[in-house]
Amino acid sequence: MTRKQKRLALILGLGAVLAVALGLILTALRDQIVFFRSPTEVAQGKVKPGEAFRLGGLVEAGSVQRETGQIVRFSVTDGATTVKVTYQGLLPDLFREGQGVVTEGRLDASGSFTATNVLAKHDENYMPREVADSLKKQGVWRDDAPAKGSKP
Amino acid sequence: MIVELGHFVLVLALVVALFQASVPVWGALRRDDVLVRLAPRAAVLQFLLVAASFAALTYAYLGSDFSVLNVFQNSHSLKPAIYKWSGVWGNHEGSMLLWVLILALFGAAVALFSRNLPADILGVTLAVQAMIASAFLAFLLFASNPFIRIPQAPFEGQGLNPVLQDPGLAIHPPLLYLGYVGFSIVFSFAAAALILGRVDAAFARMVRPWTLAAWIALTLGIAMGSYWAYYELGWGGYWFWDPVENASLMPWMTGTALLHCAIVMEKREALKTWTILLAIITFSLSLLGTFLVRSGVLTSVHAFAVDPERGLFILVILIAFIGGSFALFAARARAMEGGGLFAPVSREGALVFNNLFLSVAALAVFIGTLYPLLLEALNGAKISVGAPFFNLTAVPLMIPLFVVIPIGQKLAWKRGDLLGALQRLWWIAAAVLCAVAAGAFALGGGPVLALAGIALGLYLVLGALDDIVERSARSGFSHVFARLSGIPRAVFAMAIAHAGVGVMVIGIAATAFEQEKIVSMQPGETIRLGAFNLTLNGLTTEAGPNYASVGARFSLRNETGVIADLTPAKRTYVGRQMPTSEVARYRYGFSEVYLAMGETSEGNRVDLRAYDKPFVLLIWLGPVLMALGGLLSLSDRRLRVGAPKRAARSPQPQPAA
Repeated sequence: MTRKQKRLALILGLGAVLAVALGLILTALRDQIVFFRSPTEVAQGKVKPGEAFRLGGLVEAGSVQRETGQIVRFSVTDGATTVKVTYQGLLPDLFREGQGVVTEGRLDASGSFTATNVLAKHDENYMPREVADSLKKQGVWRDDAPAKGSKP
Repeated sequence: MIVELGHFVLVLALVVALFQASVPVWGALRRDDVLVRLAPRAAVLQFLLVAASFAALTYAYLGSDFSVLNVFQNSHSLKPAIYKWSGVWGNHEGSMLLWVLILALFGAAVALFSRNLPADILGVTLAVQAMIASAFLAFLLFASNPFIRIPQAPFEGQGLNPVLQDPGLAIHPPLLYLGYVGFSIVFSFAAAALILGRVDAAFARMVRPWTLAAWIALTLGIAMGSYWAYYELGWGGYWFWDPVENASLMPWMTGTALLHCAIVMEKREALKTWTILLAIITFSLSLLGTFLVRSGVLTSVHAFAVDPERGLFILVILIAFIGGSFALFAARARAMEGGGLFAPVSREGALVFNNLFLSVAALAVFIGTLYPLLLEALNGAKISVGAPFFNLTAVPLMIPLFVVIPIGQKLAWKRGDLLGALQRLWWIAAAVLCAVAAGAFALGGGPVLALAGIALGLYLVLGALDDIVERSARSGFSHVFARLSGIPRAVFAMAIAHAGVGVMVIGIAATAFEQEKIVSMQPGETIRLGAFNLTLNGLTTEAGPNYASVGARFSLRNETGVIADLTPAKRTYVGRQMPTSEVARYRYGFSEVYLAMGETSEGNRVDLRAYDKPFVLLIWLGPVLMALGGLLSLSDRRLRVGAPKRAARSPQPQPAA
């Protein structure tokens, strides 16, 4: 190969790999991202049944029911609206009534949310930022509650 | 008093850093050797000052001096001594002080160990290092001062986040920072080479040990963090594609690329522009990681107090250094004459392949990490990009790289013999596939992707080791030992590090065979877990130094009887009413049984998350082997001494003037 051909081959190779990578990235961005929704947004019908999303808010006080088979039912609220959630499995250490929570899952036809994952928090003061923003929007935000988070 | 002294020496460190950042550059431009030679002394002095400041903060922690705000917020008098000591960096201010300490440490280390470098390169490098240090010292003093006092000292501190009360805290952040921040010196070398217009093979030789040292620490730091998350968080996962994890993975990927392309630059005087660019990108990604973690823009397990002022401060530093270095790069790009092009089938061709895939995979991680931030800034939509995204982008992009590693190892420089290299590898690949197929048949099948992953891992390990076998047995078996001792250490290093990649791949693939049981058990009940029987015996309570814990006592049995007593527990810490899970593990070979306790309910019922994890420990053994390879390579004198010197140690100033 001449110098020119070598350079051309190199550039074509680079271009091909980049194209494949961008293709992968764009497809994955279209299919694999998950939106964060507040209960109010769910009530407004922003989420289609069967679509995976993250639901965040406060665990409504008095709503947690434990059933056999480690099924837990609770409600997530942002002060204005609540959404009923069903989850099977162990809850994170810091899951408590009245505290912030983020759950991942889908809505079923009846409008109740089946969670596949309840996200762990790592500090008793720590409030997921998405939850804090959505609570601020609903005006139920207390500034003293989420003082700070911690972990390096 | 000691605390005020710590504050004061930190201010002095800033003054020294500002001096070190300016005077040697001035000297280098004026060709005034006396000024240039002040840099190494300033670097050592700056390190001593920062170290003294760090010691003062440590003193405040060890003595539980709650009149210091930082100690009050993050410590507790009942806390065991090791956590008082490691708690120094278990918070925003202290961790930034550690950051600066390591920055200064690398500057001082270069000043002490690289005396045979040309004086001007050494001087300007240390000056650039001091510019970074000045910026972060200013950040510490003006936006996150760890030495602020409270007028009326409280009686007791608020305690350290219990998740952090683990020996992992003593090891993970320092190691990670050594890696993260260690790349700063490589960046400084690159900036100096650009400023002085001296981008040549000598540059590759100069940065090689420092790149390697930073890379070893980063590899171990990431692996340690992953292992810590695995046993501390109680979810049994080892990597969550959390933005903060990605923040450390990106510099690791480009750092690994840098490590490999610096070899090409050293041996073949090629890829100069790219090597310099990678050095800049790697540290830029370290800075980006610091920004992401410390500014509070991310929802993360690592996020500390969110303070917009701090975020903005770090953002300004980030933009100044990344923008400045790229501008410098652009201005000098024309001056760097391109090296020769080379044959695609050759050692250097394989290393280009390595660089291409590593950087493109890093790009995928970069986009996945920053896209949510970008989208939120643009239209306020909150999204999360999780594991599925990365499994579909970064992971497939790494696979061609893994396939090529053993081939590249066998190719010669300049002109490789692809058929010759493939000849032995075909046999290895075929043998591995047969073995895995036979194993799968014996087990009665398994997930195809996981089996393919295990085959890939075995191929990597055997392919890496085959290099040694082939070299030592080249002319019959009579001289094996003589030949073995003749093989340079660097070759062993490469084989061990690459085998480590394979070991890690096997460990990751084997997670597909893990068993998870989420059950609710009552005392006396037995469940089947993998090849074991697990019986709940009852509950137990324990009072630790600063916590109370409730544990569940289990016995693990195989056919022969009880092999282990396991007591997963939940702890509640004094100071912060926050429960944490303490998992219990039983190791057999490289596999583990892993128990995490959930809620307890009436009748002493215990919710339990139980796993049987075959070969899980290989996930971390792999990176340890990689780091071991790195250490071995670092110890190969061949690669460190005899670097081409320009007027090294000569008392004469540089030519012209």
